[in-house]
Amino acid sequence: MTRADARGRRRALPLGDIALLLLIILFCVFPFYWMVTTSLKTQVVALSAPPVWTFEPTFSNYTTVLFDEKVGASLINSLIVAVFTTALALLLGTPAAYALARFEFKGKRDLWFWFITNRMVSPIVLALPFFLIVRSFGMLDTHIILILIYLTFNLPIVIWICTDQFRSVPKDLDEAAVLDGAGPLRIFWKICLPLAAPGVAVSAIFSFIFSWNELMFALVLTRTAAKTAPAMAVGFMEGYNLPYGKIMATSTLIVIPVVIFALIASKQLVRGLTMGAVK
Amino acid sequence: MLRFQNRRLTIVGFLGPAVVSLLLVGIAPLVFAVYTSFHRYQLTNLRKIPFIGFDNYLFVLTDEVFWQAMGRTFTLLLISLPIQLALGMGIALLLHKPGLGYLRTLTRLGLVIPMATTYAVVGLLGQVMFNIKYGVVNQLIGFLGVPPVNWLGDPSNAFAAVVFWDIWQWTPFCALVLLAGLTTVPGEVEEAAKLETKNWWKVLRHVQLPFLIPGLTALFILRTADTLKLFDMVFTMTRGGPGSSTELISLLIQRVGFRAFDQGLASAQAIILLILTIVLSMLYIRFFYKEVAQ
Repeated sequence: MTRADARGRRRALPLGDIALLLLIILFCVFPFYWMVTTSLKTQVVALSAPPVWTFEPTFSNYTTVLFDEKVGASLINSLIVAVFTTALALLLGTPAAYALARFEFKGKRDLWFWFITNRMVSPIVLALPFFLIVRSFGMLDTHIILILIYLTFNLPIVIWICTDQFRSVPKDLDEAAVLDGAGPLRIFWKICLPLAAPGVAVSAIFSFIFSWNELMFALVLTRTAAKTAPAMAVGFMEGYNLPYGKIMATSTLIVIPVVIFALIASKQLVRGLTMGAVK
Repeated sequence: MLRFQNRRLTIVGFLGPAVVSLLLVGIAPLVFAVYTSFHRYQLTNLRKIPFIGFDNYLFVLTDEVFWQAMGRTFTLLLISLPIQLALGMGIALLLHKPGLGYLRTLTRLGLVIPMATTYAVVGLLGQVMFNIKYGVVNQLIGFLGVPPVNWLGDPSNAFAAVVFWDIWQWTPFCALVLLAGLTTVPGEVEEAAKLETKNWWKVLRHVQLPFLIPGLTALFILRTADTLKLFDMVFTMTRGGPGSSTELISLLIQRVGFRAFDQGLASAQAIILLILTIVLSMLYIRFFYKEVAQ
C-alpha cells in the first residue's frame, strides 16, 4: 500500500484519469448546484427558456417560503420529529445493542437478525395499517405518531451500529468493574456507553438523516399541524404554474443539513447503508 | 463471560424495551394488515366490514394492474442495477489507482452528495431539470444537437427519467462498496498479478473479484429491497404517471389504499409484497451467503 503510493506519486497522474474523476464529480454535484442556483432565481428568471446560467441572485424565495408559506413551521416539525425519534431510538437501542454485544443467550442471533431485517420491509406495508390504527385513536397529524413509526427504521440502525461499537470495547473493563461490585446498569452507563460514544454519534446522525428525509409516512400520517418539510415541499407541486424558485429554496433548506451531516459521517456512510446485508 | 445475579432479568431489562417497541410499531400493524386483508375494508364505508376470506388475495393475484406495477418495479431494477454496478466498478477501479492524492478525497466527498440528497427532493429536482421547456436537461442535450425531449409527459421517457435518477443516486453507493472491497485485496497479491499481466480485466476477474463477492452480494440484496421500497422520488416527480407508466409497486399500493380508499385490497397487496420480499431475501441468502460465510 505505502510502496504503491510512493511509486504513484513519482509518476505523473495520467490526464485521462484526472478528466474522468472531474467528470464524475461534476455529474454528482451538478443537480445540487442546479437546485441551489434555481433557488436564487426569481420566478421570471426561473421560467426563461432556455434556462439562464448567469443572473442576479436573490434570497426572496427563501424569505417567502420561510415566512409566508409555512415552510419554516414544517422545518421545525421535521426538527422536532427527527430529534425526538433519534433520542428515543438511542434510549431504547443502546442498551439492546449492549446486551447483544455482551451477553450470551438462546436465540440471540435470531433476535439480532430480526432487528436488522426490518431494513428490508417496505414502509408502505406498515403505512397502511398504521394509518388505520392511528386514525381510530384520533391521533393523526401529531408529532408523537411520526416519532414512534420512525423507530421502525431508526431502532435497527442504532442497534446495528452500536452492537459493533460495544463489541470493540474491551471486556476487561467490564470484568474489572464487576469485581469492584458494579451492577450491569452502572457498567453500561458509566463505562461502556462513554467508550462507545463514536458509534453512538454516528448512529444518531443516521437516525436523524433518515427521519429528516422521510416522506411517505409524513405524507400519510400528517395534514397540517405536524406536517414535515418534505411533505410540505410536495404540496408545492400542485397546479400548473410551478413556483420553481420556491420549490428549490425549500429543497435546499431540506438538503443542506443532511449533506453537512453526511459529509461529517462520510467515512461510515457506506457501513450504515449496508445494514442488513453484511456481517 | 460476565456473571451477574439475576442474569435473565438483566438481559430482559436491557433488551425488553427495544423488543417491545419494535413489536408495537413494526409487527402490530402487520397483524392488523393481515386482518384487514381478509375483509372488505373501505374507508368510505366503515360501518360494514364483512369477512370475505381470500377474495382480496385472489383479486390481487389475478389483477393485471398489480402485476404490471410489479413488472415495472423489476424492469427498473434490471435496467439500473447492471448500469450502477458497471459504472460503480469503473469508479471504484479509478479511485483504487495509487497516487490520486487530494483528488481521491474530493471525489469521495462528491460521491456523498447524491446519496445524501433527500429522496423527495431528487424527484422535485427531476420536475425542474427535466421540464420540456424550462429544463436544463433539454438545454444540455440541445448543445449536442438533440431536439428537445418531452421527458415527463411521455410514458417511456418518464420511465427513463426515473432510471436516470436511480442511477445518479445509487451509483456512488455501489462505487464506494466496491472500492471498500478492492482495498481488502492484499497488496502483494495485486502487485504480483499486475506484474504478470497488463490486462486490467484479467486482474479484476481472477484476483480482485473473489474479494468483491461480499460487497456485490450486499448490493444485490439492498438494491432489490430498496427498489421494492422506492416511493419518494417517483411520487414527487411523476406521481406514477403519465398514465401508469411509472407506477411502481409502492405507488400502486399507496394509490389503492389512500386515494381509492380500498384498504382491504391494499393490505392484501402489501402482504403479498412483504411475502415476496421475504422469499427474495431468503433466496439471495441461500445463493450468495453460503459462499461468503466462513
